[in-house]
Amino acid sequence: MTKPLLDVHDLRVSFSVRQAGAMPWSRPRNLQAVGGVSFTLQPGETLGVVGESGCGKSTLARALIGLVPATGRAEWQDGTDLIGLSARQMMAYRSQIQMIFQDPLASLDPRMTVGQIIAEPLVTHQPGLPKAQVRDRVKAMMDRVGLLPSQINRYPHEFSGGQCQRIGIARALIVEPRLIICDEPVSALDVSIQAQVINLLMRLQADLGLSLIFIAHDLSVVRHISDRVMVLYLGKVMEIAPARDLYADPQHPYTQALLSAVPVPDPAHDPAATVVPLKGDLPSPMNPPSGCVFRTRCPRGAPRCAAEVPVLAGGRHQTACHFPGPLTPQEIARARATEAA
Amino acid sequence: MVIEHDKMRSLAARMTQPEVRGRSPWADARRRFLRNKAAMTGLVILLLVALFAIFGGQIAVWSNEELDFSVMGQVATMGQPSLENGHYFGTDDLGRDLFARTVQGTQISLLVGIVGAGIAVIVGTLYGAVAGYVGGRTDQIMMRTVDILMSIPYMFVLILLLVMFGRSMTMLFLGIGLISWLDMARIVRGQTLSLKNREFIEAARATGVSTWRIIIRHIVPNLLGVVAVYATLLVPLMILTESFISFLGLGVQEPLTSWGALISEGAGTMSYGTLWQLAFPLFFFVITLFGFFFVGDGLRDALDPKDR
Repeated sequence: MTKPLLDVHDLRVSFSVRQAGAMPWSRPRNLQAVGGVSFTLQPGETLGVVGESGCGKSTLARALIGLVPATGRAEWQDGTDLIGLSARQMMAYRSQIQMIFQDPLASLDPRMTVGQIIAEPLVTHQPGLPKAQVRDRVKAMMDRVGLLPSQINRYPHEFSGGQCQRIGIARALIVEPRLIICDEPVSALDVSIQAQVINLLMRLQADLGLSLIFIAHDLSVVRHISDRVMVLYLGKVMEIAPARDLYADPQHPYTQALLSAVPVPDPAHDPAATVVPLKGDLPSPMNPPSGCVFRTRCPRGAPRCAAEVPVLAGGRHQTACHFPGPLTPQEIARARATEAA
Repeated sequence: MVIEHDKMRSLAARMTQPEVRGRSPWADARRRFLRNKAAMTGLVILLLVALFAIFGGQIAVWSNEELDFSVMGQVATMGQPSLENGHYFGTDDLGRDLFARTVQGTQISLLVGIVGAGIAVIVGTLYGAVAGYVGGRTDQIMMRTVDILMSIPYMFVLILLLVMFGRSMTMLFLGIGLISWLDMARIVRGQTLSLKNREFIEAARATGVSTWRIIIRHIVPNLLGVVAVYATLLVPLMILTESFISFLGLGVQEPLTSWGALISEGAGTMSYGTLWQLAFPLFFFVITLFGFFFVGDGLRDALDPKDR
């Protein structure tokens, strides 16, 4: 196996939160958004990251790119730890790691032309480049992502959502990065446009040998694009496996619940018969449950789950659970009964 | 190879297509502004007042310092506005030509208003943008400073300054400049706070654009709409402040004059029947304020169509 492009070990992000109306001298409380995430990413690989709202997907992305302070290790291919680099040291890696954002229009400055927007990373990282050359590269990149180069002087509000996302992709690609972090890049788009953007991303990835970290809450999109999938819950990895294995044979009860909730395009299908209900809501990350963070909602919760934190175990298919394996019909029935009650 | 060749040729064709001109948010705003009748009226009035201030001196028959001895002492009967003796707006109490005086007062008042608003725009925008974008302790210190400066009764300080250091234009600019940027800094900071968490700022931070460049290239251009609106409303405010100071007799000094000083003189001699001494300066004063307010309203509607 080649050396991974990115080797993340025990990445943690926490925020200190002061309650509204608290006294200025009271101690702020700690909110752990990402609690010890480890994974590796091979060159050219796509890692899907899924999980419900508030599980730390976006925070993980922002920590990797250095937008929020984190602890732990994130080792780049050349052996440098990206966490804790100074702003100046990080500059060299910022052109290697680029990001695509969720809201296509909001991620583009409304007062700048498309040409200026796409050129921004280029002029930031290669300040000496002549203007004419920047313009040529921007035009070539616009053509590559399926925009008309003649529209270089237009403004973001003159484009549709899908086109705006293409502009975002062009901006990310212009400095020829190795890794692109996609933070829910298609969540704000129509289904038909989603497919176009996903296919564009996959084609560009194949052409340029990019690695992708693809964050989404749409499980079918993730399945389509990812080589491996990581399931997050409350800032912790629940399961990480090759996409095919994870979808065919989920081991963690949370993954099973998540997958069972994917809508099936079949009118005869009765969701009530297959969905594994989860009781209650996501616990507050300020006050996470002891042991396994999922135990409060798990259909299979046992005393051991409260006492001991499960570690991520397994070969290619890793699960962080004391009692992995498919849920039995009895367990599902019991979960449904408690849900009803 | 043929296919590749075709591909390259089509790429070249697309690359050399004439570039389409974009319609910037500014161009959109300009179009909306030009369609706004009240704002355009205001703009025309302001232009006329400005032309009056610039070229009025050339039309005047008398200079602003000459005394017309033929009307002196009988201003109420001889000093009325008349085209014959060249006193278009009549004369003041001392027999000086009121037309020339009004031209001069217009120049000074507009200058005070524009300089005051200019200081507010430059200092207030940068101060507010830095405080809002940097945030944290810096923001706390910067904004508490503004709060403290605001809590000082500025008219009192301004009067003290003028009394202590003497009445001069520089002192007046300094005094007005000191207070005018505070409100602007607050408004800009508030806007910056809502801008700084937008995704395009995050995108710029993610590629490693420096803080200063983000403020200059991304924050400030997106603030300019609000700043432009507030600045047009600030100009009349500055003119009012100066007029008030001059009305109290502490503003600009003779032989210089301003609208406030002229109105003050005119009001003083009202009971002698020389109403034109009040009417002409007051007319220019009022239409200019109206002009600025209409333009400000129009700008607000044009730059932020959602707010209507």
